[in-house]
Amino acid sequence: MLVHLQGPWSPLWGRLSLSEVPYHNMIVVGAFAFAIVLGAAIVGAVTYAGKWGYLWREWLTTVDHKKIGVMYILLGLVMLFRGFVDALMMRTQQMMAAGPHAAGFLGALHGYLPPSHFDQIYSAHGTIMIILAVTPILVGLMNIVVPLQVGARDMAYPYLNAVGLWLTAMAAALVMLSLFLGDFSHAGWVGLAPLTELPYSPNVGVDYWMWAIQISSVGTTLGSINLIATIVKMRAPGMTWGRLPIFTWTSLSTNIIALSSFPVLAVALFLLSFDRYLGTHFFTPGLGGDLMLYTNLFWIWGHPEVYFVVLPAFGIISEIVPTFSEKPLFGYITMVIASMAIAGVSWSVWLHHFFTMGEGPAVSLYFSVATMLVGIPTGVKVFNWAFTMYRARIRYDVPMLWAIGALALLLTGGLTGMMLAIPAINYTVHNSVFVVAHFHNMFLLIAFAAMGGINYWWPKVFGYKLDEKTGRLVFWYWVAGTIVVFVPMYTLGFMGMTRRLDYVAHPSWLPLLQLEEAGIALYCLALYYQLKQIYVSIRDRAANRVGADAWGTSRSLEWMTLSPVPFYNFAVTPVVHARDEWAWRREHGYTNLRPSRYVDIHMPRNTAVPLVIGALSFALGFGLIWRIWWLTALSLVGIVVAMIIRAGDTDTGYVIAAADVERMEKQADLRAQTVPGGRTGQPIRAVP
Amino acid sequence: MSTQNTRTQSSAGVALWDEGHHGHDVISTRTFGFWLYMLSDAMIFATLFAAYAVLASHTAGGPAAQDIVHPWYAFGETVLVFSSVLAFGFSVTALKAASRGGVIGWMAVALLLGAGFLGMEIHEFAGLAMQGIVPARSAFLSSYWVLVLTHGLHMAFGLIWMLVMMYQVARYGFSTDVVARLLSLKYFWFFQAVMWVCVFTVIYLHGAI
Repeated sequence: MLVHLQGPWSPLWGRLSLSEVPYHNMIVVGAFAFAIVLGAAIVGAVTYAGKWGYLWREWLTTVDHKKIGVMYILLGLVMLFRGFVDALMMRTQQMMAAGPHAAGFLGALHGYLPPSHFDQIYSAHGTIMIILAVTPILVGLMNIVVPLQVGARDMAYPYLNAVGLWLTAMAAALVMLSLFLGDFSHAGWVGLAPLTELPYSPNVGVDYWMWAIQISSVGTTLGSINLIATIVKMRAPGMTWGRLPIFTWTSLSTNIIALSSFPVLAVALFLLSFDRYLGTHFFTPGLGGDLMLYTNLFWIWGHPEVYFVVLPAFGIISEIVPTFSEKPLFGYITMVIASMAIAGVSWSVWLHHFFTMGEGPAVSLYFSVATMLVGIPTGVKVFNWAFTMYRARIRYDVPMLWAIGALALLLTGGLTGMMLAIPAINYTVHNSVFVVAHFHNMFLLIAFAAMGGINYWWPKVFGYKLDEKTGRLVFWYWVAGTIVVFVPMYTLGFMGMTRRLDYVAHPSWLPLLQLEEAGIALYCLALYYQLKQIYVSIRDRAANRVGADAWGTSRSLEWMTLSPVPFYNFAVTPVVHARDEWAWRREHGYTNLRPSRYVDIHMPRNTAVPLVIGALSFALGFGLIWRIWWLTALSLVGIVVAMIIRAGDTDTGYVIAAADVERMEKQADLRAQTVPGGRTGQPIRAVP
Repeated sequence: MSTQNTRTQSSAGVALWDEGHHGHDVISTRTFGFWLYMLSDAMIFATLFAAYAVLASHTAGGPAAQDIVHPWYAFGETVLVFSSVLAFGFSVTALKAASRGGVIGWMAVALLLGAGFLGMEIHEFAGLAMQGIVPARSAFLSSYWVLVLTHGLHMAFGLIWMLVMMYQVARYGFSTDVVARLLSLKYFWFFQAVMWVCVFTVIYLHGAI
């Protein structure tokens, strides 16, 4: 039943052959050399420091939600860098390839990237940024913060949590591998059917794209089950629904979206893979296939996915704004309702991604109105944040800067979104860079909030603050880059420039394209200062240590335990009395973090099974991509066997004796006494 | 869950820390998570049914639903699925009586009936393949094969799970983990029966008209 393939195939190696290594492409060779040098440097450094055992015990086999969260964020940041390099290459190509007289280099007619390479770059850029950069960063933040905010020791299913991480990491590894072995999809991150079908994309590129997304989305679905169960089942005594912090609320709504929408993507991609592997006709142009079925299924996932990433961002802003306004959040109840409303409406707007399908005015009208409805709960949120800041004593710490920047982006991105919700305008600017500028505007809002979140919770996880001075530089260069890249892009969209152009026919657009390139240079500066911020912060960490309440005016439960958070989170489970429990305790003078006695703590044991399942999924994806059937079958059986072996493991937890907890807490106490405000969590900033 | 005297109290008598808090109930947390998983599984079936609804008329000159479905044959499969669910129900009843033999014995019956269902399904599709009615023939046949066999794959997975659980009950008895898994398997198996009702109605009954 397998399809007949063009090109060679062998039972042992599948489609794999040495000619699949793109050694003739100087750019790829350069990237390969960079990856090898970087990889060797990391391996060398770990070996030199003798840290392999530490790495294995403390990170690779961990089930600790904070460490898993940190690894998610690290993965997201690495992929963010990769996605940024893609963006840089695209901007440079468009600037170099404007007009018929533009010179060509490295085998390209204009610019330096031939169309096939350029197409792979924008496909990879979108896939990476959405699925492997923004999503892991937000999932990482939820991983770290949600169990702390509800007063739990860990996630509901710590083992499953690690499985989710390693699946996501292996999906990222597959995408990176496509650089050096075979090619990547050239059909856009959305996978434009029927271009993704075998006759039009006979290479392995689409397979890389398809299986990487498939593997990572299994990870995300598992993660969503975990977070929902944690929020529903693991709350501390007194943590009623009405007291749940807003970030936890948005995590709940966002994971309901993920749980219900990712299966749709899984099916859409499975049907596509049946087309490509078994010769079925779901989305083919002939024999009854329906390519708009793919487009509909993709966006039935795709639009909820947009809110899947934006809601945690709203949650982060909702945590940062009250802390630095030194006021409770305005309109808590409306914030909760708005989050749930956005999650609900997210399901009924997907068609606005392709108004040009020709579905008729009645359908267009419905989706247009539904899309505009999103503006209502979002507007409620904006006003709530504004009213929180109104007449507040605002402190412009770095997280607050990011939150305010995100608000500004939400305003512009939201308003252009309202324009695009009108079918008449949408028809005019369809597939133009105006649309590209709009959704980058929205994703940058998410990125801003995520950066704010990283700056905000970094001290909680590591026990010291990130450097303020370089942090501000990162922020301002990022703002400047955003304006200089995307204002010209909006303009070019109005002037009629379509998206995905490897060659720009209109020389008069060149100045604006050059301006965009200048914006990219500003982003490069932001990247430099970002690396510097992390370096400086680690170097000067002794001077920047913080107590339990890193910002002095924090409000929720995560600030009621030590910084860095001990692996058991809370020595004794806190009892919750108010919506902003920590603010309530501060107000009533209950800032002593010592319980009267310590008790035994039951904790999950580390396990290597998630890593093994991840590695086997990588092998499974690799086998499927290159059609190496023995490897596919072997890894599939391996995954099932690993799951069965794990199910037979009866020794999955252990107990920390009360005396040991007490000893660890006393040690942390001594350390904390050297920090201003340390153990008791008194405000570390003296109020003037 | 805990009483006031196990909690650290402030001088004003406000309980700040709960030393008696034992966290979550393992079985209820596990089964809740499994319910969530089934929600995502339901979405998979919903999407496949949607695809089938779109493509059912796209026969591309090949056989249509009424040419290939046999409702009475599928009714036989339905009887097997439902008897298997009934047998599994008796297995859960034996769990309440803490009878290992009862749980394993009834599960073996459920397993055999489920295997009978799978055998009938394989027989049906092997027959189709023999006549050249393969998924590559038309969009309708693609969605027909994929929807019915996705359900079949779930059934096969359930059978493997039953084997594992029979071993685990025999080996570990009714530990918390084992009971949580037995309950999840129960939900899974009943859920597949519900999905089969949809498959039977939409594909075999409606298709025969």
